[in-house]
Amino acid sequence: MIYITLFWSFFQVGLLSFGGGYAALPLIQNQIVYIHGWLDPGEFADVVTISQMTPGPIGINAATFVGIRISGIWGALIATGGFVLPSFVIVILLAKIYYRYKNLSFVQGLLDGIRPAVTALIASAGMSLIILSFWNQKGMTGKISDIDFVAVFIFFSAFIALRKFKINPIPVMIMAGVIGLCAYHSILRISV
Amino acid sequence: MKKDIRFFIKLFLATFYLSAFTIGGGYVMIPLMRKKFVEEFHWIEGDEMLDLVAIAQSAPGAIAINAAIIIGYRLAGLFGAIVTVAGAVMPPLIILSAVSIAYTIFRDSATVQFVLRGMQAGVAAIILDVVISLISEAIKEKRVLPFIIMLCAFVAAFIFRINVIFVILASGVAGVLVKKHWKLEKRGKKL
Repeated sequence: MIYITLFWSFFQVGLLSFGGGYAALPLIQNQIVYIHGWLDPGEFADVVTISQMTPGPIGINAATFVGIRISGIWGALIATGGFVLPSFVIVILLAKIYYRYKNLSFVQGLLDGIRPAVTALIASAGMSLIILSFWNQKGMTGKISDIDFVAVFIFFSAFIALRKFKINPIPVMIMAGVIGLCAYHSILRISV
Repeated sequence: MKKDIRFFIKLFLATFYLSAFTIGGGYVMIPLMRKKFVEEFHWIEGDEMLDLVAIAQSAPGAIAINAAIIIGYRLAGLFGAIVTVAGAVMPPLIILSAVSIAYTIFRDSATVQFVLRGMQAGVAAIILDVVISLISEAIKEKRVLPFIIMLCAFVAAFIFRINVIFVILASGVAGVLVKKHWKLEKRGKKL
């Protein structure tokens, strides 16, 4: 039965993808392309692109997309369910442990060390995103012509809106999207 | 905080909105969640939020979903976790279902690309904003250790691309060792 196979495939992916959605991609590829042959490598490349373009965690997006292509909306629900279930069980177990033992001196020390590391991990993700956004796919280079000045402008305007005027992130994101659309459209029309 | 139907609707909508605006992977949802649940709703303390994020990162699966699970669980137990997971999973389900009907058109659309590039720059600013808030909170504590760990973890993750799990584990061990060491020192002074 396809539903059981689909569920089991994504259950394994969910169980083994330590380190977030990007870690899940090779596991999904292994299950979908190599083990079951549900999608060919080209289609899988599209899954990755679409997953990155649409909102939501990449693992969930890939599960939804693959599930739909294989057997419609039920396929999407079942693949997503399979992907989420192991996280659900493990996270709640860890939460129970955390709330029971967080006042122990040992756990306090542990958390004392982990908190700044979490800040650093968020900073690292932010830094990668800034580079991706300013230099697009090229990676950081010394050439000024490689810099995407529209992105730089949006970045600093958004930052000022958030920091100085305390505007909520979601309106800021919507504005960033609108400015991006208008600016890139007019610039590319001139340069072409 | 009353846990009536209004509360659950608010919880569901909050995670739904956050997930719908998580462009570029789950990591983006963490700062958005912090802004919403810590700074706007005041449902969770800042320090506790960092602990929850660490747990979300240590468990397998999508970080944003894990964070949704643990926040739901923290606020309203098992049912809360189910509500937040449903909220976080729903936007990608809806959007991907719509996109998959004509995904080549979506993939090749210049308009979509432009909006996304703009939003990407906006998201980068949101993350920077949250990081600055986190660091300035850490400065108030006036301790050196957090900054050493922060710097090492940043270098490990950003420059050497070491897996998040190992970064978290190593920082935890460092925290435990330093705490033990301080205790011994204090005892030494008393003696």
